This record gives sequence, structure tokens and C-alpha cells, in this order.
Amino acid sequence: MLELRGINTYYGKIHALRDVSLSVQEGEIIALIGSNGAGKTTTLMSVSGIIPPSSGEILFKGRAIHDSSPEAIVRLGIAHVPEGRRIFPFLTVMENLSLGAFLRKDRQNIKKDLDTVFDLFPILKNRKDQPGGNLSGGEQQMLAISRAFMARPGLLLLDEPSLGLAPLVIKQIFEIITELNTTKGTTLLLVEQNANLALKTAHRAYVIENGCITLTGKGRELLVHDDVRKAYLGL
Amino acid sequence: MFHDKAGYFFELFIGGLTKGSIYALIALGYTMVYGIIELINFAHGEIYMIGAFTALITAAALTAFGVTHPLVLVSVSGITAVVYASAYGYTLEKVAYKPLRNAPRLSPLISAIGMSIFLQNFVLLAQTSNYIPFPNLIPPLPFLEPVSHIMGTVDFIILCTTAVIMILLTFLIRKTRIGTAMRATAQDKTMARLLGIDVDRIISFTFITGSALAAVGGVMVGSKMGQINFYIGFIAGIKAFTAAVLGGIGSIPGAVLGGLILGWTESFGTGYLTSDYEDVFAFSLLVLILIFKPSGLLGRNTTPKV
Repeated sequence: MLELRGINTYYGKIHALRDVSLSVQEGEIIALIGSNGAGKTTTLMSVSGIIPPSSGEILFKGRAIHDSSPEAIVRLGIAHVPEGRRIFPFLTVMENLSLGAFLRKDRQNIKKDLDTVFDLFPILKNRKDQPGGNLSGGEQQMLAISRAFMARPGLLLLDEPSLGLAPLVIKQIFEIITELNTTKGTTLLLVEQNANLALKTAHRAYVIENGCITLTGKGRELLVHDDVRKAYLGL
Repeated sequence: MFHDKAGYFFELFIGGLTKGSIYALIALGYTMVYGIIELINFAHGEIYMIGAFTALITAAALTAFGVTHPLVLVSVSGITAVVYASAYGYTLEKVAYKPLRNAPRLSPLISAIGMSIFLQNFVLLAQTSNYIPFPNLIPPLPFLEPVSHIMGTVDFIILCTTAVIMILLTFLIRKTRIGTAMRATAQDKTMARLLGIDVDRIISFTFITGSALAAVGGVMVGSKMGQINFYIGFIAGIKAFTAAVLGGIGSIPGAVLGGLILGWTESFGTGYLTSDYEDVFAFSLLVLILIFKPSGLLGRNTTPKV
């Protein structure tokens, strides 16, 4: 569904991604793990066209998207929940959600998806007229995922969904992520520092170090891999 | 005696309200652009001046072709002014600001000052520096006859027009899809792009809207003052900028509030103290607000929690 072929991305003068190749099949949950500054966020930003790669190819459903604008990429069905959630603080919860469906015209289905979101997260329904900035961290993460879901994406990019959240909330968020994958068939590319959690959730995973993919394999396999255990699981 | 005092007060009140709503109309353009791209568009006053000139020229041309019906004159020249000024605003952004989007913040500011000087001199060359009589586009309304010493027809039209425009603008920004996208873009451009919002289009739309409002202001001030020249945009621009800062730059209700307070300050200051110091009253207010509440009356200076 998504394929990155040897992409190189620069952040100013910093060579942030070096020959990164990875692939995501339809229906999979893929985790991208690595330490701070390894290039996880940059990889996602390259896919969504915010920081286009300077060389290499990105294919989505067989179509090259590395030269496309972020708008065009959203239109093709890729939604992105960025690091830090980036809820619009002065827009209401409802407005944040409606912007998720910004490019959609099918009002009937938008309404239905909104009901789905409110069923999934009743707290968002209770607070729908409050500014997004008033929500707690966990609620903002729920809102961010819901906002992305409102785009009805084929592929969802998730950047550090567990960041700064209480363990109980993290558990809840990951249950929802798994549910999105199993019941709605959403394909997921997940970036996480919490390697343990990510590897348990993902079907397959890639390890990124200093902008290079160094290891790949099934989630459960990497969980018991010696290097991964030492470097990312602290075991 | 008491009646006269009250009448005088009311006259000043209406005068300040009229003036203030024009300031507010122009201030909205400053504040909307600042809200979206954090740029003080110093050429905004010139857009207002170009709006006034467009109306003047259109009205003169229509009159030359024998069109004299007041309603046709007002609407055609007003609409032409709005369209023309919007085109200027749109082009201004594309030519002078867009190429500098990722440059240090000082660069677009200097570019803005440059565009202001350029547009002033462009009109100076085309229209000379003389004051040119502005046609009386608005015929007197008979029902205002008894109160004409307090509120003339032009004042009345100015108040009604600005009120309607502000209600429409509030609706546009609060309730429509593009308005929500504008607010989102103002808060987080990258996130807006990640949701499929074309940020360049939103920025263009903001310039067009702000310029249209300025043009309406230009036409109305032209009608009220009865003459215009190439320099009117400079003073009006600085005053409206003061209004925007006073209310809190980036805040739309703030621009309206700042405009009205500025209008009243000038009106009451000149009416009760001395008429020589109109600008002193306006800019003293600016100095005071910058000292005591730099974020403006309705401005936000809190950083959102992430």
C-alpha cells in the first residue's frame, strides 16, 4: 500500500534520512521504533509531503507521491496524527473534528463517522463545544486520532501516540488503535519511543538509527531480538 | 443649556462612532493578515486609498457616460472599488510577501514598507498630489433631516454598512468552512496542511477579504470628506494599525473595539480639549496600551499547552 524506496531527506543541512526503504501492506500495523532524533518523525513528515524527500521514491497504492503537495496526499487517503497531537487550541472540539473531514463532500457519511467517534469517545461528545486547548493530554490524543479518522483514511500515520500520557490512558489509546485496524480496516504506520508497546501492537516493525533502517522483522520477533532488547527495551 | 450640552455630547459620540467604525474596518485587514502570517501589512492603508480612487474614477466615468442615478452610481463604483482593491491585495501578497514566506521576519516587513511607498508614488504619479474632489455618491435621506446636525446621511450609511459588514464577517469566520480553515491556519499552519487545507489559498483569501473591507472604508471616507489624495492611506493606515494594536493584534473583535475606542478618544479629545491634538490623543493611547497591556485589550498572550 505504501512503499518508500531509498528516500533521503534533509532538514536544512542535516541529512535526516539516509536511503530509507520500507513498505506497508494493506491492513497491517507497522511500527517504526528508534531513539530521539533517529528520523522517525521525519519519515512520517516525508510521507505526508510536509518535508519532501530530496531523492528516492514514495509510492502510495502504486502512485508516486513524493512530489505531491500535502493537500493532494490527504486527498489520496493518508491522514497524519503528528507528534504532540497539534489540536487547534482555540477551535472547539467539534470544529477540530469537522476539519478532519475538510476535503470530504459526503455529508451523510461524515455525520455517521462523527457518531462513531462520539460512541468511541463519549468524553469528546460531552466536551464538543469546548476549545480543544482545554482538554487534557489524553483527551487531546483521542481528539487527534478522531480528527484523523474523520478523513476516512486508508493509511493512518501515528506519531508518538503515547507521549506524555498516563499508563492507563496509553492502554486505552492503543486498544482504540488496534480496533481501528481490525474493525475499520485502517492501515497504520506507527512511530513510537515506547518500543515494548509498539512491538506488541504491530504486525511488523522497522528499527531506525541515525536516519538508517537497521533492522526489520515481525513485531513479536523483534521483541525478543537481542539488540532491540538491549537498545530499546532496557533489558 | 443642559440640552445643548447633551446634544453636543451626542454629536461627538456619533462622530467618534463613525470615525471609529472606519478605523475598525481598516484595522480588520491588519489584524486578519497578522493573525494568519504574523506580518504587519504596511501597504494595507494604500489598498484603502486605491479603493477610494477606484470609486472616484469609476463614478467620474459613469457620469461622463450619462449615468446619474445615485443608486447605480454608488453600487457600481463601490463594487468596482472592492474588486479592484481585492485584486491589488491579492497581487501584493503574491509579489511582495509569498516569496519571503520562509525568510527572516524582518524581510517581509521591509517588503511591506517598500510596497507602501511604491503604491503611494504610483498613485502620486498617476493622480498628482492635489486633493481631488470626491463625487457626492450618497444622496441625502429625507428622514434624517431633523437630526442632520448630529448624524448626517453619510454618517448613517457608514454606521449601517460597517455594522452589516461586521456581522457578515463574523458569520464568515465563525460559521463557514473556509472561516474555520482560516482560524485553523492562524493557529497551526503545518497541522492545517496535514488536514488538506491549502494554506496558500487561505492566505490569498485573507488578503482579498481584508482589501475588500479597506476599499469599502475608502469609498465611505471619500464620501464623508469630499476629497482624496494619494496620501490618505498613510494616516488612515497608521491609525487603523493603532486600533488593531489597541484591541490586540490578531483578534477580530479586538480590531472593532480598538477602532471604536480610538474614534471616541479622538472625537471627545478634540471636542472637549483641543482640536489641534487629534493625532496626539490617538497615539498617546497607543503608547499607554503598549506600556500597560502590550497584548492589547482582547489580545491573547498565552501559549497554548501542547
